[in-house]
Amino acid sequence: MPAFLTPELIAHLTVIVVVFFGLQISAAVLVYMERKVAGFIQQRYGPYLVGPYGLLQPLADIVKLVFKEELKPKAADKILFYVAPVLSATAAFAAFSVVPFGADTDFFGLLSHPIHLAAADVNVGLLVIFAITSMGVYGIVLAGWSSNSKYSLLGGLRSSAQMISYEISYGLSFAAVIMLAGSLSLREIVDQQAGSWHLFGLAVAPRWYIFPQLFGFLIYLTAGVAETNRAPFDFPEAEQELVAGYHTEYSSMSFALFFLAEYVNMVTVSAVATDLFLGGWHGPFLPEWLGWIWFLVKVFAILFFYIWMRWTLPRYRYDQLMEFGWKWLLPAAVINLLVTSAVVIYMGG
Amino acid sequence: MDALLFWILAALAVIASLLVIGQRNPMYSVLLLIVSFGALSGLYVLLGAPFVAAIQIIIYAGAIMVLFLFVVMLLNAQHESQVAGSEARFSGGAFARRFGAALAIALAIELGLAIRQLQATPFGGEGRPASTVRDIGLRLFRDYSFAFEATSVLILVAMVGAIVLARKERS
Amino acid sequence: MNFLPEPTLNSYLVLSAVLFAIGTAGVFLRRNLITILLSIEVMLNAVNLTFVAVDRYLGAVDGQIIVFFVMTVAAAEAATGLAIVIALFRHRETLNPDAYTTLKW
Repeated sequence: MPAFLTPELIAHLTVIVVVFFGLQISAAVLVYMERKVAGFIQQRYGPYLVGPYGLLQPLADIVKLVFKEELKPKAADKILFYVAPVLSATAAFAAFSVVPFGADTDFFGLLSHPIHLAAADVNVGLLVIFAITSMGVYGIVLAGWSSNSKYSLLGGLRSSAQMISYEISYGLSFAAVIMLAGSLSLREIVDQQAGSWHLFGLAVAPRWYIFPQLFGFLIYLTAGVAETNRAPFDFPEAEQELVAGYHTEYSSMSFALFFLAEYVNMVTVSAVATDLFLGGWHGPFLPEWLGWIWFLVKVFAILFFYIWMRWTLPRYRYDQLMEFGWKWLLPAAVINLLVTSAVVIYMGG
Repeated sequence: MDALLFWILAALAVIASLLVIGQRNPMYSVLLLIVSFGALSGLYVLLGAPFVAAIQIIIYAGAIMVLFLFVVMLLNAQHESQVAGSEARFSGGAFARRFGAALAIALAIELGLAIRQLQATPFGGEGRPASTVRDIGLRLFRDYSFAFEATSVLILVAMVGAIVLARKERS
Repeated sequence: MNFLPEPTLNSYLVLSAVLFAIGTAGVFLRRNLITILLSIEVMLNAVNLTFVAVDRYLGAVDGQIIVFFVMTVAAAEAATGLAIVIALFRHRETLNPDAYTTLKW
């Protein structure tokens, strides 16, 4: 063993690999979940032919996408056409890298000191997530522009304008939680949510931030759904309106990258919501080192909610969407921040 | 390790900036400038300023450059007959060229002299921790609070002004 | 890794000077309004780098706060500048600054 391959380094690398493949697997699981849940909501079976209960359907989808022909419009910008999906997917994966998903562990004494269960643990973690989410806009803008087709351009412009509009409310809903927790690091925010509130000696509710910040949680989820371009805010990629928006001209693996980016973005938004509002990996009945199971349960609960919303609610028209973002959600986020700060000052910090 | 990162990021920033000014397609200029901002953000992390690094990406690369990109797309999109690119002519008379050349030589000499003194001012205090957001927040909202409020008014004025200036004329 | 010199304050200042010079060259030499605005952003970034480097040297935080303000003002300036560019473009249909010299005597 060379000197620099310490057990800590190997552990870190393993965590990074686990996060990377975990995200891809959760994207595949989401593909299946979406189609099955959509099926049940619409009173039909979802996929059931491929494998038992249709469980191999994502595999079939991926094989299909790999074998499709890779098309490129003749007048498309050669470099940017291929850079755009790569940029989208990279930003989606990078945003998850600072999200912790489990308690500090030393793998039952294999390591000399506990390591954090996150691909990278920075103490300005929330700012990093916000920064990388703003970089995700570029994949969409460049995809719309470089395809050189009017549906793509319109879809790309609308989608990116929507994303940058809802970014502000997204950030302001973080700010309220940061004020309650006093730290920008996601790990510390989750650590503050351990334990529960007691009333007459009985544990009544866990100390999750969703209870003091219910309004903030709703604002965060709404802004998050709009950021990931999912229903009911998915006008820019609606099939009926704009063919497929910014990814009209993409096929095969480039389209698969956009698809992957969208699902990984959903996972990131849900994971950050879990860490900020739902107590991360804290939960009853399980020991601390199995906290990641609770994390997964909570993340998939929010993802189920995402999918449920898509197949239940009608879509917002684009001008309604922008008006909602600027005239209703942004003032609501600001008022939430003001009230939170007033309460924090009144209660003595 | 720090030294290697510094040289890589510095080289990236300089090359990206050179390409920004030297390259014809304004769309590529904007994207190369984003690369340059990313390199600078890395340099800020090396300098122990993670907050500034994060807001560099959020504000500069994430918001201002999106604005530039929108304008480039908007203005080019109206004229597809024009070849995607700028009318880049390095113009100026003979006097301007000679004066500019003299100044450039002066600059090169001074840079050479400065580079010879690179080791003169090492950063002391290696053990100093990175500045936290808390320090910055305390200074910003206590000592610089007037500037903070003034900046918010400035942004409001700029927003209103930009909307008014870019409006279509009603005639 | 030991053959590379450690970065010092002077290295950062020289880098900043080089970036500022590149930005200035861009402002003077390019004939496209948007590229001129981009070069101005390069210059502002060079100045930001100077502030943060000297901050690290002196162990203070004020430089980073000034950087915060420079970024905000740069955002305001970029927005206004681009709005002016759009308004000008509507009149002359070109981005070449030599077309906007009507006030020259």
